[in-house]
Amino acid sequence: MDGEELTEQETALYDRQIRVWGADAQRRLSKSHILVYGMKGTITEFCKNIVLAGVGSLTLVDDRAVTEEALSANFLMPPDENACSGKTLAELCRDSLNEFNPMVRVSVEKGDLASFGVEFFDKFDVVVISFCSLATKKLINERCRKLSKRVSFYTVDCRDCCGEIFVDLQKYNYAMKRVDATAECELQYPSFQEAISVPWRSLPRKVSKLYFAMRVIERFEEDEGRKPGEICIEDLPAVLKLKKELCEAQSLNESHIPNALLERLVVGAREFPPVCAILGGILGQEVIKAISGKGDPLKNFFFFDSVDGKGIIEDISDPNPKG
Amino acid sequence: MVELCGLAGVVMSYVIICLGYMCIKHLLNIIHKYYLTLTKTFQLLFNTVSLSLPSSSKTQIMASHQHSQAIKGAKVLMVGAGGIGCELLKTLALSGFQDIHIIDMDTIEVARDAVLRFRPHISITPYHANVKDSNFNVDFFKQFNVVLNGLDNLDARRHVNRLCLAAEVPLVESGTTGFLGQVTVHVKGKTECYECQPKPAPKTYPVCTITSTPSKFVHCIVWAKELLFAKLFGDKNQVNDLNVRSNDACSSSENTNDVFEWRDDEDFEQYGRRIYDHVFGYNIELALSDEETWKKRNKPRPIYSRDVLPDKMIQQNGNVDKTDDLSSASAMASLGLKNPQDIWCLMENTRVFLEALKLFFTNRKKEIGNLSFDKDDQLAVEFVTAAANIRAASFNIPSHSLFEAKGIAGNIVHAVATTNAIVAGLIVIEAIKVLKKDTDCYREKLMRMTYCLEHPSKKMLLMPVEPFEPNKSCFVCSSQTPLSLEINTHRSKLRDFVEKIVKAKLGMNSPLIMCGAALLYEVGDDLEEDMIANYTANLEKVLSELPSPVTGGKMLTVEDLQQEFTCNIYIKHREEFDEEKEPDGMVLSGWTQAPPEKKDDKTSIGNGASSSKSLPTEPMDAQKDIEVKEISDGTASPGKKRKMPEFSEGCTLDQSNDADETRNDKKIQKLDDDDDDDDDLVMLDHWGKDTSKKQRLQ
Repeated sequence: MDGEELTEQETALYDRQIRVWGADAQRRLSKSHILVYGMKGTITEFCKNIVLAGVGSLTLVDDRAVTEEALSANFLMPPDENACSGKTLAELCRDSLNEFNPMVRVSVEKGDLASFGVEFFDKFDVVVISFCSLATKKLINERCRKLSKRVSFYTVDCRDCCGEIFVDLQKYNYAMKRVDATAECELQYPSFQEAISVPWRSLPRKVSKLYFAMRVIERFEEDEGRKPGEICIEDLPAVLKLKKELCEAQSLNESHIPNALLERLVVGAREFPPVCAILGGILGQEVIKAISGKGDPLKNFFFFDSVDGKGIIEDISDPNPKG
Repeated sequence: MVELCGLAGVVMSYVIICLGYMCIKHLLNIIHKYYLTLTKTFQLLFNTVSLSLPSSSKTQIMASHQHSQAIKGAKVLMVGAGGIGCELLKTLALSGFQDIHIIDMDTIEVARDAVLRFRPHISITPYHANVKDSNFNVDFFKQFNVVLNGLDNLDARRHVNRLCLAAEVPLVESGTTGFLGQVTVHVKGKTECYECQPKPAPKTYPVCTITSTPSKFVHCIVWAKELLFAKLFGDKNQVNDLNVRSNDACSSSENTNDVFEWRDDEDFEQYGRRIYDHVFGYNIELALSDEETWKKRNKPRPIYSRDVLPDKMIQQNGNVDKTDDLSSASAMASLGLKNPQDIWCLMENTRVFLEALKLFFTNRKKEIGNLSFDKDDQLAVEFVTAAANIRAASFNIPSHSLFEAKGIAGNIVHAVATTNAIVAGLIVIEAIKVLKKDTDCYREKLMRMTYCLEHPSKKMLLMPVEPFEPNKSCFVCSSQTPLSLEINTHRSKLRDFVEKIVKAKLGMNSPLIMCGAALLYEVGDDLEEDMIANYTANLEKVLSELPSPVTGGKMLTVEDLQQEFTCNIYIKHREEFDEEKEPDGMVLSGWTQAPPEKKDDKTSIGNGASSSKSLPTEPMDAQKDIEVKEISDGTASPGKKRKMPEFSEGCTLDQSNDADETRNDKKIQKLDDDDDDDDDLVMLDHWGKDTSKKQRLQ
């Protein structure tokens, strides 16, 4: 179906970006298949970016109905809930994304993401999920890892003005370009489960506080059986208590997870649109890198907090993996 | 330790390209309207630093609802609606801004409608105009709480900077190139203004390199675009150096103009061949006659059309001059050439040259005399590509494809939609901070943000940088630092002064020039006719012969009424200027311009300006563009870094990386409190050795 060469239409449409990453990368992009779940603001930004970049296909999964919250940071949907009735989030987003770039096939897959078997994920090169529970993150990540081909796996979450991206490219080879030389590099990524199992004490002292804070919140929601983001100020005492327990269990000084930061994450569970744009942009770029094989990929966490303005990469993996 | 290295590595300069206006004209207009971009370039540097957090947790809460008060009541002005602008409009609307005004040269209706679809109740007021128009004066700017720039050129940025200073409205400035981007905040009296930092001079090529001794493909492109194309299709009255370097300039000057005129008795192919033989044959022979020039250079070879293409061209599809859309738009189409990435042989270039020339005369005759090169004009790109390649063949310079030539000729630089989206997010975050300052009273937390995607190993992808204090010697925002101008007052005309200094260097748009109490020159809508005649006459006079003579020791006052900006220039007479080093024939000092970049040394991108300063040096417009393309074509730059043949088809991901790696020349100090990295502070030398400037704004 996809020709070996870019069509004239593609060359013309993607002229500017071909000048950035080359025709070869554009060809690979146009043959790639992406799956996303969690159609809120951040994922919407991401979808827009890769649809404009010209991926081959994009499959959306999200059977949820439209809510006021879902609309708050999503520019793909009209704000009128009535106009959206009867359609799922994914269906509404598909219609708008199709207009952005008719050369990309955007489709919707109905059903519960967690119920899709391993073979379902075989159709994709990249899987990106957002607003998923801890259990779902682990589950989907493991399914991607069971396949013989590499399926790049990403999670992205935005809470208040903070964001987190996790990347699992399994075993990834690329040419690292530096001033004087090009070196063949092989990166070994841990799974999400492996990454978050790395003992906190063994992490560098200055590791982003957001990393710990996100783990506390994630764990809290999991323990309480909450959906992601289903948390409010009344939960703060319980969250702080959990933090204390986790810090004790991990022998981590509690000052590494400021209460004020947890408070922000608990109070402002909603996405902050400028942060969605930033996370969606960085994630889009990472996915383009992984598909095209060009550029240094991010390993393996990215954190952004608009209060201090820093966007930081953390490598959180066992320095001595077994095997 | 890890952190320290990370931060140190991040401190470097970047090449930044500002994205230009969108290419609305074609294709999928939503995509184009919304997210593609591009052009020009500027260059920057930066440094780092973080802000300290407010002490109470309450003030740390920045959830969107917390901003709503400041946001809802805000009236914002966006200038420029290109790649960044479209993303910005979307993010502003999502963030709750309700009153957005946009000035853009292109109509933004598509983007506006798209945004109104998901936020129907907000007000978006478009001004389809140039921001330099006189109605956008200081009073106009005063109505806004913040101005957000998404511009693509230095001139407009400087203009807006001055208006914001005069109107005392905070400015959030932005730019991106490829994967790099930057957002800065400028508040009068509190931070540096946009022009506090030196701006490297736009890259220019010595005239003789272009007219006589090209050594790179870009020289051929400049020749084809600026000289040949302009001569044949542009304004006939424009000064043009196309023939200037022929040794017997005097003898040929009379008939050279005629050479380029179409004669009634010839068909367009004959005409084309005559032009061809003149510029690629005769002119080269003429140049060869100057043996001195070629002692240390390879001699060029004259090329005549009959040698390349002995037979008359066969009309490919019989009725070219009928309104067959494809063939009228494109010589490639009528010659059956398809892939813009192919490199044509000399014969193909010759055919494209002749065919494109013919198509201009048969199908676009009315435009001839008014055309200027436009990268979106397919036929113009074809003509320039072919002409540049033929000239390149003469000088034994490798040929390039139309795709590559278009990039060089059109100064097309990388556009990456993701970078625009990120930068737009950063602009909104900064804008909200600026606005909150008005409503809440806690201390300022302005900062600049930076984005750099090519350094995952350096840990920081987005780096916040504390803004610097105003440069006390900035001629724009500090109080009246006089400038001085060395000039030959007996030879330079007022026009030279207006063009080369007042417009090009001082960035004034509608200047008024006075010597003492005498008004020498003025621009405006409401001038009397006799005054206009008077000023026009003054323009052609040399300075010392003006009604109020301008000679050494005099002080000129130059004012822009629209920008509400004045500067004084002390005149020093000087007899001689070095043609190569001081091509303007005048030297302005006291004005912070970085030395021009050395064009052949790509490791110097940024260094010229950055070695002593550590802030955004800045737009270099055309200069950077060409630099970028030179880097990317790989073939012409021997031996340096670039050994990646698979990347030769386009600019590459790692390019910025290369540039960055070469710029770790900043001295940084890290004052670090290990227990609270929110207070990390990286300090940089800003104004050379003046360390007192490194204080944080509180």
